[in-house]
Amino acid sequence: MNDIVTAIRTVPLEHYVMLSFVLFSIGMAGAMFRRNTIIVLMCLELMFNSVNLLLTAFSAHYGDPGGQVFVFFIMLVAAAEVTVGLAIVVMMKRNVDSVDINQLNRMRG
Amino acid sequence: MQILFYLFAAVSILSALFVVAAKNPVNSVIALIVCFLSIAGHYILLNAQFLAVVHIIVYTGAIMVLFLFVIMLLNLNKSTEPQKSMATRIAAVIAGGLFLLTLLGAIKDGIGIANPDVYDGSVGLVKSVGTSLFTEYLLPFEVSSVLFLSAMIGAVMLGKKDKGQPDGGEISGVA
Repeated sequence: MNDIVTAIRTVPLEHYVMLSFVLFSIGMAGAMFRRNTIIVLMCLELMFNSVNLLLTAFSAHYGDPGGQVFVFFIMLVAAAEVTVGLAIVVMMKRNVDSVDINQLNRMRG
Repeated sequence: MQILFYLFAAVSILSALFVVAAKNPVNSVIALIVCFLSIAGHYILLNAQFLAVVHIIVYTGAIMVLFLFVIMLLNLNKSTEPQKSMATRIAAVIAGGLFLLTLLGAIKDGIGIANPDVYDGSVGLVKSVGTSLFTEYLLPFEVSSVLFLSAMIGAVMLGKKDKGQPDGGEISGVA
C-alpha cells in the first residue's frame, strides 16, 4: 500500500485541478458550440466528469472517502438526468422532427 | 507513474475536443467513450478502485450505450445537422477560453489550501467507500432511489405516445 501512496503523491494536486478545468471549459464551450441536442447532453456529461475527477483527486489527496461518495451520488444524478434528457430528445424528434436545439424556443417570452 | 498521468490527461483532453468537433454524432459518442475510459485510468492512478469500476460500468456500459441507442433509433448517424453561425461558434470558443483563463488565473499561486499531508492509500477501496456510504451518507443513498424512481416514471411519461393520436404525432398544445 505504501507504493500506491507514493505514486499518488508524485502528481501534484494542481495538475488535477488544471486538467479538470480544461475538461470543464471544453464541455462548456461545446454546449454553446453545437446545435444537436444529443451532443449538448454529451457535453454536460463531460462537465459532470471533470467535476467527478476533481472530487476524487481531492478525496485521494486528503484521505477522506466522503468526496468519493459524492462522486457516486453525482453519477446517480447524471444517470437519472440522461434518462429524462434522452426521453425529451425522443419526444422532440417526434413532435418537431428535428433534434436542433434552436427549435426549443417555444417558451420564449 | 507521472508519465501515465500526462498520457491519460492528453488522451482525455484530445478526445474531449473531438467530441465537440466531430461532425457525425456516432464519432462523438466513440470519442466520449475514449474520454471516459481515460478518466477511469485517472481514477485507478488515484487508487479509487471502486469509482473506476463503477465509472466504467455506469458511463461506458450504460449511459453511452443509451446515447448510441437513441442516435441509432432516431437515425441521426449522418452529419446533416445544421451548423451554428460562424459568429456564434467563435463566441462560444472565446467564452470557453476566457472561462478557462479565469479558472487558471484563480489557481496561479497554488490552490490556496494547505495540503494536510494525510495520504491514505486505502481511502478509495470498496471497504472504506462502502462504510462511509452506508453509515454517514445512508439517508442520501436511500433518497437517491426515490430520485431514480421519479426519473424512470418521467422517462416513461415522456416516451409514451398520446392515446388519442395513434400516429404518435403532436401532443396537444405543444405544437
